[in-house]
Amino acid sequence: MNLLKLSWKNLTNKPLNMLLSLVLFGLGVGLISLLLVLNDQLQEKFEKNLAGVDLVIGAKGSPLQLILSSMYHIDAPTGNIPIKAATPFLREGHPIIETSIPLSLGDSHRGFRVVGTEPEILDLYNAQIAEGQMWNKTLEVVAGAAVADELGLKIGDTFKSSHGFDQNEDLIHEDAESFIIVGTLAPTGSVIDQLLLTRFSSPWAVHEHGHEDEEGHNHEEDDPDHEGHSHEDHDHEGHDHGDSEHRHDHSSGNAEPYPEDLLAYKDKQITSILVKFKGHNIQALNMQRAINENTEMQAATPAIEINRLYALMGTGTKALRWLAIVIIIVSGLSIFISLYSSLKERRYELALMRVMGASRGRLLALIILEGLLLAVLGYLLGMALSHGAMYLLADQMKETYQYTFSWTNFLIEEAYLLGGALLIGLVAALIPALQVQGMDISDTLADG
Amino acid sequence: MLKTENLGYAYAGSPPLRFPNIECAKGEHWLVLGESGSGKTTLLHLLGGLLSPKEGRIVLGDTEMNQLSRSALDQFRGQHIGIIFQTAHFVQSLSVGDNLALAQSLAGMKVNRERIRELLSRLGLEHKLRSKPSQLSVGEKQRASIARAIINQPAVILADEPTSALDDSNCKQVIELLEEQAQAVNATLLVVTHDARLKDHISHQISID
Repeated sequence: MNLLKLSWKNLTNKPLNMLLSLVLFGLGVGLISLLLVLNDQLQEKFEKNLAGVDLVIGAKGSPLQLILSSMYHIDAPTGNIPIKAATPFLREGHPIIETSIPLSLGDSHRGFRVVGTEPEILDLYNAQIAEGQMWNKTLEVVAGAAVADELGLKIGDTFKSSHGFDQNEDLIHEDAESFIIVGTLAPTGSVIDQLLLTRFSSPWAVHEHGHEDEEGHNHEEDDPDHEGHSHEDHDHEGHDHGDSEHRHDHSSGNAEPYPEDLLAYKDKQITSILVKFKGHNIQALNMQRAINENTEMQAATPAIEINRLYALMGTGTKALRWLAIVIIIVSGLSIFISLYSSLKERRYELALMRVMGASRGRLLALIILEGLLLAVLGYLLGMALSHGAMYLLADQMKETYQYTFSWTNFLIEEAYLLGGALLIGLVAALIPALQVQGMDISDTLADG
Repeated sequence: MLKTENLGYAYAGSPPLRFPNIECAKGEHWLVLGESGSGKTTLLHLLGGLLSPKEGRIVLGDTEMNQLSRSALDQFRGQHIGIIFQTAHFVQSLSVGDNLALAQSLAGMKVNRERIRELLSRLGLEHKLRSKPSQLSVGEKQRASIARAIINQPAVILADEPTSALDDSNCKQVIELLEEQAQAVNATLLVVTHDARLKDHISHQISID
């Protein structure tokens, strides 16, 4: 009969007391663990998706919104910018810009964003074609690994995109030509896995189909009727196609409607530009201020905006962490009270154990083991609760953040949490254990 | 052999207690008689190493018990002395069988399930092996506490008022069982009691006043 078995039997002899202590302890540990795991995974995703981008240029508005929409594909874009204005930053040979990637946002397919861009975006995220090939023409699509997997997309599959980023069948561009999948990407663990990438001109092509009869169409002001639905009925928040002035005839067969390079379409619009500098010199630092002060566009630094986001999230996280610490302290007290009251009832039993040959040290170890056992069980319950909650939250988080969250990721901090839990169990058991140490067997047995 | 010389004990604020010398040979059965408050239980606790004498010495076999360190005395008690109390108490979270296994384990001996089963069978408690102590009757509890006292085949069995709460019939049964079991393991039996009914059962007697 070892001490561990005896401790376990003693604890389970009063299951309700044990359960109360365990649930309290588990809730505290679980809440802290959940915060740690969530924070870690969000930070990892945010940092991974920085992808070395130094600056994002887009329409004026909230800089955080610009970063979230263009880099993390979470929020709605701030608007569009004319290619004419963006040309200096997109032209090759810029003295301080190493790479600039244009993005055209506004449409989606079954909840996944369709992004008009240039093939160089793959280098930004170290992405590689897993199957098929890179797009060559308008409306050809390379699907991110997660999109392809989730929607079961294969080479040759076609789809029609819909307005905005919500899944809504009423907003599908039924009158436009279909996109066709020509390639899929290998998984990268970054946001590109969640995107449907296509040539910069595809969003223009899709959108112009609905407006072929309109002269000088301005998407934001006119009232274009798509088959059976008014365009203003659509949820325009979060998408703006930037196709207002250019018109093409691309209704005949497979002819490329936009054969030129992006910069040839100066009267068209894009949503934003992801910029990587050659080096972080003073000119690079000044570029952001110069854009913000001297143009109709805005420039935002991802690192700064993400730090701002962390600061915003930090207040809530801190409050929750304090709540969890309070719960853990209360649960520590509950373990103490549970052990203390149980030992008062078990004084005679413990004296009997001394009679049977148990040393004082052995009884001390027994009581401490009971405290530690409660702490370990509470910790395991907490881990199960936090990772179980993570499992349940994963789908919801994926919808909100477009990222896959893992419930099986364990952190080193969670091991430290076990250390903390053991310490609380030890402290809670120490006073009752020391009381047993000082117990007079003869007196106790005489009282029995 | 159990032997005491000039044994004395004093509780704070009370006059000192002095006990007659005892010398019990291996396997002998002794009755220590005395009225309430005469110090019978104190004597039993001294003999069991639960109290340290203020004066005198206690020798069991070749070991002078009051010379042992605290932890050595704990182990010595577990291995060589079995104690039965007036009210039978057990570790409530364990079954009867596990209570006996605990007695073996705490004495530093190997748990012998076969011996536990055989002993409980001898005492008519085999069917209570897996029962919790709270499921036993008063008589069963007393028999189970005898089983626990002799499970390690001790040299001495000390019994504190084992029959005072029992009627005549149960009293006879318990004392006979106690003697029989002590005999089975060739242990010295020392019963402290004020129960005059036991005078007819045990011939070696000492009175303390």
